[in-house]
Amino acid sequence: MEKKKSEVLKKLFLSTLYLSTFTFGGGYVIVTLMKDKFVDQLHWIDEEEMLDLIAIAQSSPGAVAVNGAIVVGYKLGGLPGVLVATLGAIIPPMVILSLVSLFYQAFRTNFFVNAMLSGMKAGVGAVIASVVYDMGGNVVKTKSVLSVLIMLASFVACYFFHVNVVLIIVAVACIGAVRTLVTEKRKGEKA
Amino acid sequence: MTLLKLFLSFLQIGAFSFGGGYAAMPLIQSQVVDLHNWLTVGEFTDLVTIAEMTPGPIAVNAATFVGTRIAGLPGALIATAGCILPSCIFVTTLAFIYMRYRKLSLLQGILGSLRPAVVAMIANAGLTILISAFFVSGTASFVLSNIQFRYIAYFAAAMVLLRKVKMNPIKVMVLCGVFEVVWSVGAELLARL
Repeated sequence: MEKKKSEVLKKLFLSTLYLSTFTFGGGYVIVTLMKDKFVDQLHWIDEEEMLDLIAIAQSSPGAVAVNGAIVVGYKLGGLPGVLVATLGAIIPPMVILSLVSLFYQAFRTNFFVNAMLSGMKAGVGAVIASVVYDMGGNVVKTKSVLSVLIMLASFVACYFFHVNVVLIIVAVACIGAVRTLVTEKRKGEKA
Repeated sequence: MTLLKLFLSFLQIGAFSFGGGYAAMPLIQSQVVDLHNWLTVGEFTDLVTIAEMTPGPIAVNAATFVGTRIAGLPGALIATAGCILPSCIFVTTLAFIYMRYRKLSLLQGILGSLRPAVVAMIANAGLTILISAFFVSGTASFVLSNIQFRYIAYFAAAMVLLRKVKMNPIKVMVLCGVFEVVWSVGAELLARL
């Protein structure tokens, strides 16, 4: 079962490098792709743990894509994992941006580049929709009314009211803490 | 001296931009345009456009762009390092706490509540991208002429490839892009006939 550490690090680096090259449209795209790679394909992380790791990436300062790489790197390879995953995540944007800023005018008006990028938007949306369908389904399957309510309320707050995500995370964490304390207390009273 | 300024400036951007992406933009602008005059407003707009068209987080893109402008390759490296250092420290610490104490019932309860919220945030990101693909830029009203049906067809095809054919998501994304290139070239040729 124990995989060789150097193998894991190599695969981690190549995966983040590859995924980061295709992270158009913000941090959640890479997070979604990471879930597909590490949860569904490699089975190195289970789905609940992945959601916890995303919550950590989301509640820390900085870019979600970089944070996601760091937290997955730490989980899979400790500090060397962090180093390797971070490098993998930042090398593609650095190289591509340097090239593009050299040829900026030509790039911005390029017919093919523009068509490619707008077509990819529909694909990116589909990838995210598919993952949300799976994950949302799993939340509904828990049959916990509170969880489903949290999911709906967070979505409304996020999408319609543009509430800062950090505030949402803090509020939901408080709800979770209160729920745990209340159930523990009840258990204590019954015993 | 310049390198140190670059480093400290992007360190602040990295440390205080919560929520990622567009939340970081005003912070970058205040540091890079208003405070240090490293870019003009026009150059900053160019940077945002480039960042939107290339992969990667805008803060890393900004660090590379500004760093290269001010001090060449060393500048780019130093600025990027500054920008991701706070993330490295903060996220690693949280991850360490998580791995160590996640068996505690209180942390369990908090994480259990956070999971559905995270799903909602991912859904929010996906919907925002889809709306911008389905409607002519700047409009989101349900007027027939504003809807780009072609992209809805791409989306539907991509969903089938992902869920029924189980195709690799990156291949699906690239395929959508290639299809739009072919379509645009075809439309252009037809228009010239």
